[in-house]
Amino acid sequence: MPLIKDGAFVEDKWTYADEEGPLPEGPVIVSLTRWHNEKEALAARTAPLGIKLLSGEEPKEIAGDLDKFAVIALDFPMFKNGRAYSYARLLRERYGYKGELRATGDVLRDQLFFMHRCGFDAYEVSQRITIDGWKEAMDEISVVYQPASDGRKTIFQARHGG
Amino acid sequence: MYRYDEFDHALVQDRVKQFSGQVQRRLAGEITEDEFKPLRLMNGVYLQLHAYMLRVAVPYGTLSSRQMRMLAHIARKYDKGYGHFTTRQNIQYNWPALKDIPAILEDLASVEMHALQTSGNCIRNVTSDQYAGVAANEVEDPRIWSEIIRQWSTLHPEFSFLPRKFKFAVTGAPEDRAAIRVHDIGIELVKGKDGRTAFDIYVGGGQGRTPMIGKLIGKAISQENLLTYLEAIMRVYNMHGRRDHLFKSRIKILVHTIGEEEMRRQVEEEFAAMQKDGPVELPKAEIERIQAYFAPPAYETLENDPAELNEAFEKTPAFARWVKQNVAAHKVPGYAIANISLKPVGGVAGDASSEQMEKVAELADAYSFSEIRVTHEQNLVLADVPQKDLFALWQELDANGLGTPNLGLITDQIVCPGLDYCNLANARSIPIGQAIAKKFEDLDRQNDIGELKIKISGCINACGHHHVGHIGILGVDKKGTEFYQVSLGGSADEKTSLGDITGPAFTEDKIVGAVENIVETYLSERQDGERFLDTYRRIGMKPFKEKLYAAH
Repeated sequence: MPLIKDGAFVEDKWTYADEEGPLPEGPVIVSLTRWHNEKEALAARTAPLGIKLLSGEEPKEIAGDLDKFAVIALDFPMFKNGRAYSYARLLRERYGYKGELRATGDVLRDQLFFMHRCGFDAYEVSQRITIDGWKEAMDEISVVYQPASDGRKTIFQARHGG
Repeated sequence: MYRYDEFDHALVQDRVKQFSGQVQRRLAGEITEDEFKPLRLMNGVYLQLHAYMLRVAVPYGTLSSRQMRMLAHIARKYDKGYGHFTTRQNIQYNWPALKDIPAILEDLASVEMHALQTSGNCIRNVTSDQYAGVAANEVEDPRIWSEIIRQWSTLHPEFSFLPRKFKFAVTGAPEDRAAIRVHDIGIELVKGKDGRTAFDIYVGGGQGRTPMIGKLIGKAISQENLLTYLEAIMRVYNMHGRRDHLFKSRIKILVHTIGEEEMRRQVEEEFAAMQKDGPVELPKAEIERIQAYFAPPAYETLENDPAELNEAFEKTPAFARWVKQNVAAHKVPGYAIANISLKPVGGVAGDASSEQMEKVAELADAYSFSEIRVTHEQNLVLADVPQKDLFALWQELDANGLGTPNLGLITDQIVCPGLDYCNLANARSIPIGQAIAKKFEDLDRQNDIGELKIKISGCINACGHHHVGHIGILGVDKKGTEFYQVSLGGSADEKTSLGDITGPAFTEDKIVGAVENIVETYLSERQDGERFLDTYRRIGMKPFKEKLYAAH
C-alpha cells in the first residue's frame, strides 16, 4: 500500500508480521496479541518494532510500552468507524507518544484532514490519491475551532490574541 | 443574533469550495455514488425517493429576515417554490438538482448560513428554545451556549465519524420547549453555586425504535469546564458506543447497557484526565463576545394591554381567538411573543411557500427587530412584537394563510414527510395528519378540546416524535398494507414521558375514527381544567382502550 509521510510518498520499510511463526527480517509491525504473548522476545530484537491496534484495542493497553515502538498503526476497518481518531489523540496528548502514527485500513482522501488534526503523520492510502490531492486535503480548510493534537491555533485563540 | 466574523466566514467559504469540488468529482464520474455518499451526507445532501434533498442548518432555530429572504429565493430558484421546516428547526428542500447544490451553498454562505452537519454520523445542528431571550424565568439566553457548542462541534476532527448521528438541545428555562430529555445530550442552564450560569447535562435520551429518557450525568458543570466535559462524553461514546449494529449505536444504548452510574464514572474519569492533557479552553472574552450578540434589542418603554389591543379584541373576535391561542407572554412590558402556525387545515405541516417566507421576513422587519425563530414543532415565531402592533400583524398573517389560531391544539401536529418523500418510511404520514386536521377543523371544537399534541411518524425512526405525542401515531407496514399504531400519554416537556401503545394498529380508514374516539373518551372523563395529558395521567390507559376496541 502506498505510504504518505511528511507530505510525500515514501518507501514503506515496514512489514506486518503474522499472528505466529517466524518474524520477517527488518522492521516489523506486530499485533497487540503477539505483543502480549511475546513481549520479551520482541523487545530483545535489534530491528525496529511497530504495533498495530485494531478497533476496540485501546491505547491504554500499551501505554506503558510506548518507548518500544517506532510505529503505531491504527486501523480503520471502515472509514465510518472513527474510534481511531480518539485513540490517536490519546496516544499523542495523554501518553506522549512521539513516534510515527500511521493510519491503515479504509483511509480515504476526505478523512485525511481529520486524521492529521488528531495526530496521524503517516497514511497508507489507496493508489488513487495523489500528492496534490493530499496537499489539497490538508489546505482546503484554513481555520479550525477546536484544539487537537496538531497544535494549530484555534479560532477562539486567534480572536483573543492567544 | 450572532453574526459571523472573518473566521466563521472563512470556514464556511472553505467548506463550500470543498464540497463544490466533491460534487464536480462526482458529476465527472471520478468518484462513485458510494464514495460520494459520506461526503454529501456531511453537507446535508440526502438521496430521497424521488430526488436529492438538501437540509439547511438554522442554528438553534434563529433566522434574520435577510436569511429568511434567501431561503425564499432558494425555494423559488432551485426548488418548487416552497421549503419544509423540520423538527430540528432546520429547513429542507425536496427537489434541488445536484448540479445546483454548490450554487445554493454559495447563496447560503452569502447570508452566513450553511448545510454543515445537518446529516451524517456527527454532531448535528444544535437546537434550542424558540422563546430564548424572551421567556420571563430563564437563567440566560440558551442561544449563547448553543452558538458556542455550534462552533466547537463544527468539523470536529475527533467526532466526525461517530457510531451514529448525535443531537444536542439546550434550554435556558425550567419549562422545556426544546425536548432536551429526548436528545443524545440535553443541556439545561441552571444557576451555579456562585450565581453564574452553569449546566445540567442529560445524556442518552432519544426516540427512534428504542425511546429513552436522558439521564442527568453532569450536575451544574461550570462555564470553564463545559466544552471539556462535553468532549469527555463524546470520547467515551466514540470509543465505547457500538458500531456493529445500526439500531444499537446511539449513545442511549450505551448508557442503558452500562447504566447511569457507570456512564457517569467513565465520563468523570475521562474529564479528569482531559484536564491534565489540556482542556478545551473557552476564553472569558469569547463568552462575552458571543453574549454581546444576544443582548436584548432596543425595547421601547411600553405598557401592557394597550387600549388599541382591547378595542381590536372587541371588534374582531377572530383576532382575539388568535391572540388567545398563538400569542405568549413576553418578559418585557408591552411586548408579546407571536407564534405563526405552519399548520393550516389541508396544508403540509412545516411547509412554507417562498411568498410566505418573504411575508414573514417583511413582518419581522416591521414588528420584531428583523428576527424569526423556527420551532421544533414546525412553526415560526416573531419573538418581540409590541402588543399595540399585534392587530396589524395578525391582519397580514391572516391574509397570507399564516394566521391559523391553532398553536398547541389538535390540528397543530408534528408530521414527518413519510412515504410521500422518504425512502425509510413504511407508511404515509402527511395524508393522515391532513385527514385528522380536517375532522377537527372546527375551531370551537378544537378550543374545547384544548392542548393536545398529536405527533405522527411514518416509520419506527420516529422523526415525527410519536413517542412523545400526547397522542402518538406510528405508521407500520404489514404485508404491503399501511397500518397505524397509536400511543397515548407521551410528552417532551420538563416532565418527559413516553407514550403507551393502545393495542392493535388501525388501518388508514379507521385511524381518524380512532383519534376521535380517544378525544371523546377524554372529553367525557376530564375534570375541571384538565388537559388531555392530565386526564390520561390520572385515569390511565384502560378507559381509552375499552372504548377504542369495544367493537372488536
